[in-house]
Amino acid sequence: MSLDTLKISPGFESYMPKEYVDLVERGPYGRDVKVSEMGTFKEIIEEHPMCAGCAMTLFIRTALIGLPAPEHTVILGTAGCGRLVLSQASIPFIYGNYGDTNGVASGLKRGLEIRFPNQTKDVVVMAGDGGLADIGFSCVMHSWFRKEKFTTVMLDNEVYGNTGGQESGMTNKGMVLKMAPFGKKFEKMDMIGLAKTAGVAYIARLAPTNPTRIANVIRKAVLIAREVGPTYVQAYTSCNIEYAIPTPKVMDDAREVEKDRYGFMEIISDEAKAYLERIEQEKKAKAKAVAASKAGA
Amino acid sequence: MAEGLETEVKTNPQGDVITATEAPKVQAKENKAAKQRVVTPEHLFFEAPRTKTFITGSEAAKEAIRRANVDIAISYPITPQSETMQQVGYLYAEGYLKDYYRGEEEYGVMSAIAGASRAGVRALTATAGPGLMRGMEVITSWPGGRMPLLLLVMCRVINAPLAIQPDNVELSYLLNSGVLLFHGENQQDFFDFPLKAYMIAEKCEVTLPAAVAVDGFFVTHARGWVELPPDDIKLPPRDCYHEAVPMMDNENPPARLSRDAPIQKSNFISYQMHASWQQEIWAAQDRARPWIKKYMGGLIEVVNPGAETMIVASGSAVSQSREAVRQAGEKGDTIGLVKIRSLRPFPTQELIEACRHAKRIIVPEFNCIGWLAKEVRSALYGQTKAEIVPGPRVFGGMSMPTELILEYLYKTPNEARLTTKPLVL
Repeated sequence: MSLDTLKISPGFESYMPKEYVDLVERGPYGRDVKVSEMGTFKEIIEEHPMCAGCAMTLFIRTALIGLPAPEHTVILGTAGCGRLVLSQASIPFIYGNYGDTNGVASGLKRGLEIRFPNQTKDVVVMAGDGGLADIGFSCVMHSWFRKEKFTTVMLDNEVYGNTGGQESGMTNKGMVLKMAPFGKKFEKMDMIGLAKTAGVAYIARLAPTNPTRIANVIRKAVLIAREVGPTYVQAYTSCNIEYAIPTPKVMDDAREVEKDRYGFMEIISDEAKAYLERIEQEKKAKAKAVAASKAGA
Repeated sequence: MAEGLETEVKTNPQGDVITATEAPKVQAKENKAAKQRVVTPEHLFFEAPRTKTFITGSEAAKEAIRRANVDIAISYPITPQSETMQQVGYLYAEGYLKDYYRGEEEYGVMSAIAGASRAGVRALTATAGPGLMRGMEVITSWPGGRMPLLLLVMCRVINAPLAIQPDNVELSYLLNSGVLLFHGENQQDFFDFPLKAYMIAEKCEVTLPAAVAVDGFFVTHARGWVELPPDDIKLPPRDCYHEAVPMMDNENPPARLSRDAPIQKSNFISYQMHASWQQEIWAAQDRARPWIKKYMGGLIEVVNPGAETMIVASGSAVSQSREAVRQAGEKGDTIGLVKIRSLRPFPTQELIEACRHAKRIIVPEFNCIGWLAKEVRSALYGQTKAEIVPGPRVFGGMSMPTELILEYLYKTPNEARLTTKPLVL
């Protein structure tokens, strides 16, 4: 059981930091936690070195709450801001080579399936727009075409934030950024359309304006990836530094962009839909049985 | 038209026979794979009776993988490698592997193999020339990730003008990657080395990726005698919890290198950590030496030790040198030969010992730049008074006639160059 690795060895209880004890005693492991319960459980991420007001950090923090089984999850990332949070989370994190996430995840997921035939291991890629749409494009597309069973989450800040603000394929046309001195010459890449073409089982686009929705989308994406096929979540996670968004205005910007061009959208295959319904029914039946046995007792 | 008079042969627009067929619906044959039993490496390598067969290098590699207890293989076609990974595909169809797929290209394949290794399974891939160069960014990260896995390299030309011919210049790029690198001479080596490489790479004190290289076509597509142990035995499975770094399976605390942000940052601690991590890779290479000695019979093999003239070679150049040594022997001359099996770790001490009596050392190679001659020179610097002759060298697909080696044995480099004009760097 993987949670054993978290538990404090006898004799060390009084020496462990409070944050760690909280993680062991009140962590989100082995149970469902909701965004509305934030503050009553210990989150997987404690501290991070991200910029003040970073929308990406809010998204990642909420996304981690949505993971259905953090104790059996491995996250992969690549160069970019996102990994600065992810590498600090209490989930094994693979920080690979430039743009290799979906290649590594393919081998990792298959290897874990060989080694753990009776225990689902969730594999989640969380990387930026540059990492997935530019340098990692081939690995991303082919993992989708091959129907690899893991989730890809794009942290789309529409810029190379970590290297100091260069144009990416996901930048909007006309934006003046480093390496685009006259403004970007071509349209933002349509990764949603490409995911559709590749037959991705569940596709979602969202902005970080509704924390409950973020957690629900991630949960659905990870569950569907277990049984049905690849899933893709594309999240607008603005870079308030490179786009000069005043820190108090970050959420205003998110709401504006959401209204304007980044509205919530879900594309779900029939198979994925049926699978989710089955899970819900099973969950309800289980809850009923528990209630009945309690009433009987 | 009467039916069945003539069998219709489907051809493609070029007129070639189409060989693609539907996948077989039923696995009819008895499942030999399931009946394989695990034996100790020592039994498989040294004790099991062997039968002599006449097969190609690709077939020899296939027979090795059949007995290697590999979990997953990821393939991508490139000449002259393709045939081997096709054969591994047939092994998968027969149940010898648990997973197998054709990846998108070498960067994706080398990444996926890394993922599989980090999941704790025994992983395999193979490539050649340009494919190796395409995967190189990932390959150089394997040792730092301490990922035991096996890469087969069937050397071919990498530079423009594009060619598929044998030439092993690509191995010079692997020399400083941290990957264990063994260079097979012939089909027999291409059977033995992969099996042994897995066992060495997965030792706790080693925990490194391994590459087994052979020269393309000369070994892969030509037949040679190979002594095979029975096919109903296989190596023990990978024991991933007895290795130097934890698996990324969320069953144990993960390896520190992927967790600690300080490693990524510019500060003294990060420099220290990175420096010590790199030193540890090369220390692990050193710790592979006893296992190479035990399983492969040493990092080098010496023919005619103590001879005044020694040939030092690796790969196909060894076969040609053996014949040159035999021909010189017919003339009554004793020429020594050092076959380098392990290029990384490099057999520095062994080479010094083997060349102690030498007055003249020649280094024949199948590449333009002479990377082995440079390795030999730096290993022997200050340790020998022998003249070290870098050559003869052939490349771009040329074969190496024994006459060429003999010419270098009996003439000075200048005299020899008059007739063969190899590039001497």
